Amino acid sequence: MSSVGSEPGARRATAGGYGLEQDNYLTSSRGILSWIFTLDHKRIGVMYLISILSAFFLGGMFALLVRLELIAPGKTIVDADTYNQFFTLHGAIMIFLFIIPGIPAALGNVVLPLMLGARDVAFPRLNLASWWMWVAGACLAVVTLLTGGVDTGWTFYTPYSTSTGTSVIPIVTGVFILGFSSIFTGLNFIVTVHKLRPKGMTWFRMPLFLWAIYGTAVLQVLATPVLGITLMLLVAERALGVGIFDPALGGDPVLFQHFFWFYSHPAVYIMILPAMGVISEVVSIDSRKHIFGYRFIALSSVAIAILSFLVWGHHMFTSMSPLANMVFSALTFSVSIPSAIKVFNWLATMYRGTLVLNTPMLYALAFIFLFTVGGLTGLFLGMLAVDVHVHDTYFVVAHFHYVMFGGTVMAFLAGLHHWWPKITGRMFEEKWGKLAFWLVFVGFNTTFFIQFVAGTQGMPRRYWDYPERFTPYHVISSIGSFIMAAGFFVSLFCLLHSLMRGRLAPANPWGGNSLEWWTPSPPPTQNFDRTPEAEDPYDFTEWKYDRQVRGYVREGV
Amino acid sequence: MAAHATGHAAHGAVGHVVPIRTLVGVLCVLLVLTVGTVGVTKVDLGPLNLLLALAIAVVKGALVLLYFMHLRWDRPFNAVVLISALVFFMIFVGLALMDAHNYQSEMIPGYGTLTP
Repeated sequence: MSSVGSEPGARRATAGGYGLEQDNYLTSSRGILSWIFTLDHKRIGVMYLISILSAFFLGGMFALLVRLELIAPGKTIVDADTYNQFFTLHGAIMIFLFIIPGIPAALGNVVLPLMLGARDVAFPRLNLASWWMWVAGACLAVVTLLTGGVDTGWTFYTPYSTSTGTSVIPIVTGVFILGFSSIFTGLNFIVTVHKLRPKGMTWFRMPLFLWAIYGTAVLQVLATPVLGITLMLLVAERALGVGIFDPALGGDPVLFQHFFWFYSHPAVYIMILPAMGVISEVVSIDSRKHIFGYRFIALSSVAIAILSFLVWGHHMFTSMSPLANMVFSALTFSVSIPSAIKVFNWLATMYRGTLVLNTPMLYALAFIFLFTVGGLTGLFLGMLAVDVHVHDTYFVVAHFHYVMFGGTVMAFLAGLHHWWPKITGRMFEEKWGKLAFWLVFVGFNTTFFIQFVAGTQGMPRRYWDYPERFTPYHVISSIGSFIMAAGFFVSLFCLLHSLMRGRLAPANPWGGNSLEWWTPSPPPTQNFDRTPEAEDPYDFTEWKYDRQVRGYVREGV
Repeated sequence: MAAHATGHAAHGAVGHVVPIRTLVGVLCVLLVLTVGTVGVTKVDLGPLNLLLALAIAVVKGALVLLYFMHLRWDRPFNAVVLISALVFFMIFVGLALMDAHNYQSEMIPGYGTLTP
C-alpha cells in the first residue's frame, strides 16, 4: 500500500499526536493580514466558520426575540411592526448568511481538498474572493439593521416588497452579493472535484461527502443566477417603476413567486445535500462499518440535484392554476425517493455495526430521526388537499425547521465536531459535547413539534398576535427555544474549552480512511508531504485503536 | 484543417484558435440574419412573425456558441452542460407560462395588461 502514512509526517501523527509547535496551517504565519488575505483553503474555511457562526448567533438572537414576543398573546416585548422585522431578519440571516454557506463554505473548504489529497482548491483566489463577497453581503445586511430593518419576510414577496417603506433595497443587494459568493464557491468545487482527484480516486471511490458537495456546487452554479435576476428585477420595479411584478404596471406578482422559488427550492437542497454528505461520513465511520449502498447514495445526490429544479411550484399551491398545481404535486413526491434511498442506506450501514455513540454520531442519529420527520411531513404539504388547510400555518414552519434545523444544522454540528480535531488540532470534551447535544435535541423538539399541532389547529405563521386558545402551544414552543439556546451556549463553551484546554488531537481520532485522516491534525500548510494515493474511503479494517495515541493507527505504519 | 493543426501547435496552451476568415464569415451571416429579423417585421405573417423571429434568434445564438465560443471544437461535455442549462431554462419558462396561461381567465380586469 502506497500511502502518506509511510512518510515522516504521518508517522509523527500516528505516533502520538501532532503538536501545535510543529509546522501547521494555524501557526505557519501570524497577524490578521496573513488570515484575511490568505489563499490557504483551510484558513479560508476557518474564517468562513467564524463568520457563519457569528451570523448564526445574530439570527439566533432574533429567533429568541420572536419566541419571547410570542410567549403571550398581544404585545409582550415589541409592537407588531418591530416583530415583523425580527422574523424577517431571523429568516434572511439564517438562510443567506448561515445555512447556505454553512457546510459547503466552512466545512467543505477545509475538508474537500484534504479529502482529495490536494494542496488546495482549483482557484484559491476565487475562494478568497468568495469569502470577501460574503463579508460584503453581511455588511449590507447590517446596514439594513441600522437603517430601519426590513419586514417582508425572507422571501421578499411582491407586491408588499415593492411598496413597504422599510430597507428592502440594501438587504436585496446584500443577498445578490451573497449569491456571487455562493456561485464562486460552487464553481471552485466543481473544477476541484473534476481536476484534482488523486491517483486511485475514481468517481465511485470518492468519499460521499465529495459527491454531496459536488451536487451542491452544481445547484449553486445553476440556480443562484436566477435569484440574482429576480432580485434585480425587484429593485428595478421598486426603484425605477419598471412593471414586472406589479399588475398596475402590467406585471404579474405570481411571476415573482415563480422566479423566487425556481432558485429557492433548489436552495433548500443546497442546504440539505451537503448535510447528507456529512451524515454518510459520520454514520459509516462511527458504525465502524463500510457504507451500505455507496452507488445509491452517490447517485441519489445527483438525482436530488436534478429533481430539485422541478418542484418549485409546491411553494405556490394557493396562488397557481389547478393544472400547474397537479403537475407540481406529482413532481414533488418524486424527490422523496432519493431522500428515502439515503435514509435506508444509512440505517443499513448501522445494522450490525459497532456503533460509537460519540458527539458527532449523536448529532448524526438525530439528523436521521429529525430529517425523516421533516421529510414525511413534507409529503403532507405536497398533497394538494392537505396543503390548502395547512398552507401558511405553523405546520409549515415546523416542517421547514425539522428539515433545515433538524436536518442541516444537526448535520453541521455533526460535521463540526467530527472534523473539529482535524481543523483545530484539539480534542473536545465528550461530556460537554453530549450535554450540549441533549439540550439542543430536547429543546429543538420542544420548540417545533408542538408547532405541527398548532398549525393543524389553524395558527397562521408570521402573526404577532393570536387568540387565547393558542397560548399553551406558544408557551411550550418558547420554553423549548430557550433550552435549545442553552444547548448552543454549552456547545460554544465545549469548543472554546477544547481550544484552550483540549488535549492534542491525533491524526485519526475516529478511525476514518478518507485522505484527510492521513495527514496530521491540524494539517501542515501543504496538507500532505506528497500527493497521496486514494483507496476505498470506507474500508476501516486496517485502522486499529491505539490507547497510547488515543486515536486510530494503521497497522504496518 | 492544416491551418488548424498549425494553430494547435503554435497555441497549444491557449486552446483552439478559430481562423479569422471563419470568424468574419460568421459575423457576416449574423449581420445578414439581423437584417432578416428587422425585415420580417415589415411583413404581416400573423403568428408566424414571432416564430420566424425566434427561429432566426436561435440560429444566431447557435452560431455564436459554435464558432465565437468554440463549442464546435470543445469537448462534448461542454455541449452537454449547455444543453442541460437550456433544458432547465425551458422547464422554468415553460411551466411558469403554462401556469400564467391557465389563470389568465380568472384575473381581475386590467390585470396583466399595460395601463395608460
